[in-house]
Amino acid sequence: MAIELKGVSYAYNPGTVMAVRALVDINLRIEEKSFIAIIGHTGCGKSTLMQHLNGLIRPLEGTVTFEGEDIHAKGFDKRTLRSEVGLVFQYPEYQLFEETVFKDVAFGPKNMGLEEAEIRERVIEALTLVNMGEAYYEKSPFLLSGGEKRRVAIAGVLAMRPRYLILDEPAAGLDPVGRRNILKGIRRLNQSLGMTIIMVSHSMEDVAMYADRIVVMNDGKIVYDDVPADVFSHDEDLEAMGLSVPVMTKVLLGLKRRGWDVRTDCHDMASAKAEILKAVAR
Amino acid sequence: MIRDLTLGQYYPSDSVIHHLDARVKLFATMVFIVSLFLLKSLYAYIPIAVVMTAVIIVAKIPFKYILKGLKPILFLLILTVAFNIFFIDGTVVFRLGFIRVTEEGLIFAAFMAIRLVLLIMGTSLLTFTTTPNQLTDGIEKALGFLRYIKVPIHEIAMMMSIALRFIPILVEEVDKIMKAQSARGADFESGGLLKRIRSMLPIMVPLFFSAFRRADDLTMAMEARCYVCGRARTKMKPLKYKRRDFIAYCGVLLYLGGIIGMRFIG
Repeated sequence: MAIELKGVSYAYNPGTVMAVRALVDINLRIEEKSFIAIIGHTGCGKSTLMQHLNGLIRPLEGTVTFEGEDIHAKGFDKRTLRSEVGLVFQYPEYQLFEETVFKDVAFGPKNMGLEEAEIRERVIEALTLVNMGEAYYEKSPFLLSGGEKRRVAIAGVLAMRPRYLILDEPAAGLDPVGRRNILKGIRRLNQSLGMTIIMVSHSMEDVAMYADRIVVMNDGKIVYDDVPADVFSHDEDLEAMGLSVPVMTKVLLGLKRRGWDVRTDCHDMASAKAEILKAVAR
Repeated sequence: MIRDLTLGQYYPSDSVIHHLDARVKLFATMVFIVSLFLLKSLYAYIPIAVVMTAVIIVAKIPFKYILKGLKPILFLLILTVAFNIFFIDGTVVFRLGFIRVTEEGLIFAAFMAIRLVLLIMGTSLLTFTTTPNQLTDGIEKALGFLRYIKVPIHEIAMMMSIALRFIPILVEEVDKIMKAQSARGADFESGGLLKRIRSMLPIMVPLFFSAFRRADDLTMAMEARCYVCGRARTKMKPLKYKRRDFIAYCGVLLYLGGIIGMRFIG
């Protein structure tokens, strides 16, 4: 069970002087239950790639298959696809429109044509997942804080109970606490609900701790597709692409190059610290 | 989908037309509009169409792009043609129940359709080859004399350039919001008229919200730089006529002369 892209290419405004090549021959397989981060600096095509995954953009070349079926084939039900593959855009809070938080989150399930009771159950479930209690239900989404709006917007997608969740820069523009809350929430979705997460980001720090696979993009192409530690070992190439490896990885790699015997695949500050202390003690 | 909107947008290209002074292009566009209404026979539109085709080729703008710009006015075009065909009296060509089509109606409808299409193509040629900034500068300078009779020409020019500048931004915003709502299963394409209008709500609310937010930000940014309406400001790129501009003026006058001549002969 997976989403698979084969030889996908895409360009904006093809055939005019404003033509921009966004994706070039992309091959990617996203297994169910995995946590994948797609990384690249602004304009590398990661947002375009993301919109291919649930059929919002049709590739100029190549195919996108969902569980073995071509999503652009005739008769393929795109609506069901969109409830199975949830997509949270960058700054999703700007898409809120209803009078109350509850109604806004209910928009997705309502479009799926569910029963009133089922909709209610899903909305409550989704809002609970993003830590928003009953006190918020009847509030206007426009009066909430930035981080709260973002959580409501994410709940709006979660309420469709997608098996795959794609998030474009979910932590952008939030303060450190808001950032950590959102990212931790996303990890929880992956670990306890088994939801497949595809997170688009330009920050290595954010994804190092959470993703079990990192796809690095540059100029519309996939450059690396590997587990974090192996991707980070190309630290010099990454920096040439305008990307940086997390500070802890940089320190560990530097130590290793200078002859210290340390592991470089630590995912968080605490284990990196322990690793360095261990090496010093030796 | 909505990104395809090309009407009124700038099309970057390195052509003589693009490099002309905005005032020349404004003048040429006015002459062109006048010429469309000066002529009375259908054949007279042939030279106009030829001239316009030549300009389009020189400006290096793909025809497909210009035709795409006509799409938004298609409805208006059909409506105009239909009204003219069915509601003008004259020699009846054929009759079907209460509907009758007259010869005069058909000719007049053809007139209107050609005029409208040429009008839109001609004026969009101006915006295709001139950036909003150049256009505003051109208008401000060409109509600057109106200042003396208390017409707030600078303010009008500024509002125009802001409006033009915001079109692509809002188009992109609509595109983004539509995609985000489609990702939540929204459907904008099926259903009756009423249902379709209702389905616009999830787009309109966020769009207005963000338009106001942007307007607010822009005001703040302008005020932070001490912008005051109508104060004598210097320009980074002051408009200055070059040789090619005078040649272009001559060409435009020649065209006008030709059209006036044709009116008296034809």
